[in-house]
Amino acid sequence: MRIEDCSEGVTERGADEGVNSLLAPRASILLHTTAEDHHVARMAAVALGLTVLEAAIPSPLPGVKPGLANIVTLIVLARYGWRTAAWVSLLRVLAGSLLFGNFLTPGFFLSLSGALLSLLVLAFAQYLPRRWFGPVSQSIFAAFAHIAGQMAVVYWWLIPHAGIAYLIPIFAAAALVFGTVNGLIAARFINNAVNSD
Amino acid sequence: MQTVMLRYLKVGDWLTLVLGAVCVVLLTFKLWSGELADQAIIRSGGKIFQTVPLSRNQNIEVPGPLGISLIAILNRKARIASDPSPRQYCVRQGWLQQAGEIALCLPNQVSVELVGSRKRYDSLNY
Repeated sequence: MRIEDCSEGVTERGADEGVNSLLAPRASILLHTTAEDHHVARMAAVALGLTVLEAAIPSPLPGVKPGLANIVTLIVLARYGWRTAAWVSLLRVLAGSLLFGNFLTPGFFLSLSGALLSLLVLAFAQYLPRRWFGPVSQSIFAAFAHIAGQMAVVYWWLIPHAGIAYLIPIFAAAALVFGTVNGLIAARFINNAVNSD
Repeated sequence: MQTVMLRYLKVGDWLTLVLGAVCVVLLTFKLWSGELADQAIIRSGGKIFQTVPLSRNQNIEVPGPLGISLIAILNRKARIASDPSPRQYCVRQGWLQQAGEIALCLPNQVSVELVGSRKRYDSLNY
């Protein structure tokens, strides 16, 4: 992504285009985006949609969520690599927090720590031999990492007390179940894409 | 539907699944099996009436404003066997075994709290 002042851009353009930009209201900053940027934005928007969708699903315990947006992260990881997946995942966390109005609140940092640790684990998990390990493995590893990241923030910052250890088995079980389900869904999408190519 | 989904599970995925399940089970056993208690702290009117080890079976009579509460200790467990309180909540709570468990008879101001070798929390604020 490249950000530059619009005034420089005008001189580079042709005469008729220059007139147009004189008539049209001028933006002070012009973003030059690449096709990849558009792609990241599109995938992040899909992930965001899933985040909003699952916010409507009632949860028996605060914090136990399916994490449907991670399906998008997995698909992006498989098709475009880790860098793009990291962009999509972190943009989703940021935009999601703005959407729900919890930017820079504890909830935001919980999402962020979970996403960061998942991405870290995925950075290694993507090199698992493809022959034996599919998206389901990656999804399960990422789900456990997500829980671990969140519990770390909860313990070190929000509730520095050993009592939260009681919740870990519940979260771990949820991570296993939802990690598997999300992985299967992602695998289905990835396989469809491979078959249609 | 089921067979279609199972197609996406490779050998390593099964391995990961089993590994994850083992982790969950181990975590559950490790974190949910509470520490066994060593002692019972019996309070009456907010003051410690007696601290008794659970190793010896005995019955203890504790006086309160309504009458006598009878506390029974049997086989490393403790319970309030009888109590003059009207709703009998503490009696119906039954046997206490793990550290941190507590039975309160509020009307008679009697309580039994089990403690382990190390003191756990008794309140949590956020």
